[in-house]
Amino acid sequence: MYKKRFDGRKFEEIRPTEAKAGIIKRADGSAMFTIGKTTALAAVYGPRELHPKFKQDPSKGILRCNYNMMAFSGSGDRVKPGTSRRSREISLVTEGALNPVLDLTEFPGTVVDVFIEIIQSDAGTRCAGICAAAMALADAGFPMKDLVSAVSVGRVDDKLLVDLNKEEEDHHEGAGVADIAVAMMPRLGKLTLLQMDGFVSREDLAKVLEMAKDACKKIYDVQKNALMEKYK
Amino acid sequence: MKIIRNHIHALLEKNERLDGRKFDELRKNISIEYGISPKSAEGSARVKFGNTEVVAGIKFEVIKPYPDEPDKGTIMAGVELLPLSSPEFESGPPDIKAIELARAVVDRGLRESGAIDFKSLCIKKGEKAWVIVIDVYSINDEGNLADAMGLCALAALKDAKFPKYDEKTEKIVYEERTTKGLGIKELPIPITVVKIKDKILVDPTLEEENCVEARLTITTLEDGRICALQKGGETPLDTKEIDHMVELATKKAKELRKLLEKK
Repeated sequence: MYKKRFDGRKFEEIRPTEAKAGIIKRADGSAMFTIGKTTALAAVYGPRELHPKFKQDPSKGILRCNYNMMAFSGSGDRVKPGTSRRSREISLVTEGALNPVLDLTEFPGTVVDVFIEIIQSDAGTRCAGICAAAMALADAGFPMKDLVSAVSVGRVDDKLLVDLNKEEEDHHEGAGVADIAVAMMPRLGKLTLLQMDGFVSREDLAKVLEMAKDACKKIYDVQKNALMEKYK
Repeated sequence: MKIIRNHIHALLEKNERLDGRKFDELRKNISIEYGISPKSAEGSARVKFGNTEVVAGIKFEVIKPYPDEPDKGTIMAGVELLPLSSPEFESGPPDIKAIELARAVVDRGLRESGAIDFKSLCIKKGEKAWVIVIDVYSINDEGNLADAMGLCALAALKDAKFPKYDEKTEKIVYEERTTKGLGIKELPIPITVVKIKDKILVDPTLEEENCVEARLTITTLEDGRICALQKGGETPLDTKEIDHMVELATKKAKELRKLLEKK
């Protein structure tokens, strides 16, 4: 029985969240997104010409994401610099999470680069990265159907909850943990990222995705307010 | 690009700079923030020189000491010029510019000055010793990453606390941090002095860096001793110029040292 969360939060409560847009002056768009102790930075460069040329799409621009953990940002051992299988997979699903809201038909033959850097981690880094990246794309002024807000939800032992921290993610007692990463178009209520480690019942999945919707709405407000703050 | 270069040259002739600073003047808004990644890193810091921003983090590892120095630990420094921080930086392993910064600016000054007593990093002679790994990243490049990174590495080292080491399991317990710091004995501060059109100036902005003919990064200690030098750029320097550059670097390092000593 998981009666009380390790950090005292309610089961449907996200950690304290902070966001800021336009933090990197050299970039065409940028943002910082912090949830609990997890902090992600994102910068957008482009549209710019894509090389090698055969990778260009004559009908639209291509979104290219690059997720990276700084060497000192892990829990425990130093993270070896350079790309890993993990970082490449996260880069791929981040592109998948953002592509549905973007319309790059105005920029054929180009690439839009999104660089995500994790400064500190306490679980939920891919979701924090997606939140920062969506803000950076909006900050850069790309046409977008909606923003993207992301959060991890899941089950710890017998409880469904949102925004797992590292301690919860590593909890092995009882029925273990299901860790589900979700990204959503908050206004349209549609999912653009869905991944899970662990196992969950059909009923619980439906319930926890509803919890994710509410959590994403709160995150959306934080993102939106930060973007508006920059253009006040 | 050429227009800006011509403009910078014309200003320098009148003893002026693009942002209104004097030749021997650092940017006014230089800041140090400690503990930017306190959960993950044993020490960390952020440094801003105007809009130039860098971060650094420290991780502790345990290795078998090198056979020729069985009673010593060591440091390891890495620099990455992130493509996040400039449209000119590309993804991939550190290029030659990043390697030069890591070796000549961050590592050399720390190593040669004896800022850290490597003997104090020994856990068990010939068997176990600490390695202090310093990773520095560019966040926004608006010129003079070198001096910002040098300062940031020092700030992160000052912020660092040893994690617990469990002698029985021979493992680092990262979750448990001790109150013991590294006991930094010296603050080797690198200052880059550049030559453009026979003028010598400090803390170049990005526009000025694109006009640099020669640069010299000089790392000095509190007592004025020089502990590292690195010349770059395609133009030669004469000994009079070098002496002037050293004088400037020593003076400017004092200003930055004061900022660090506040902690």
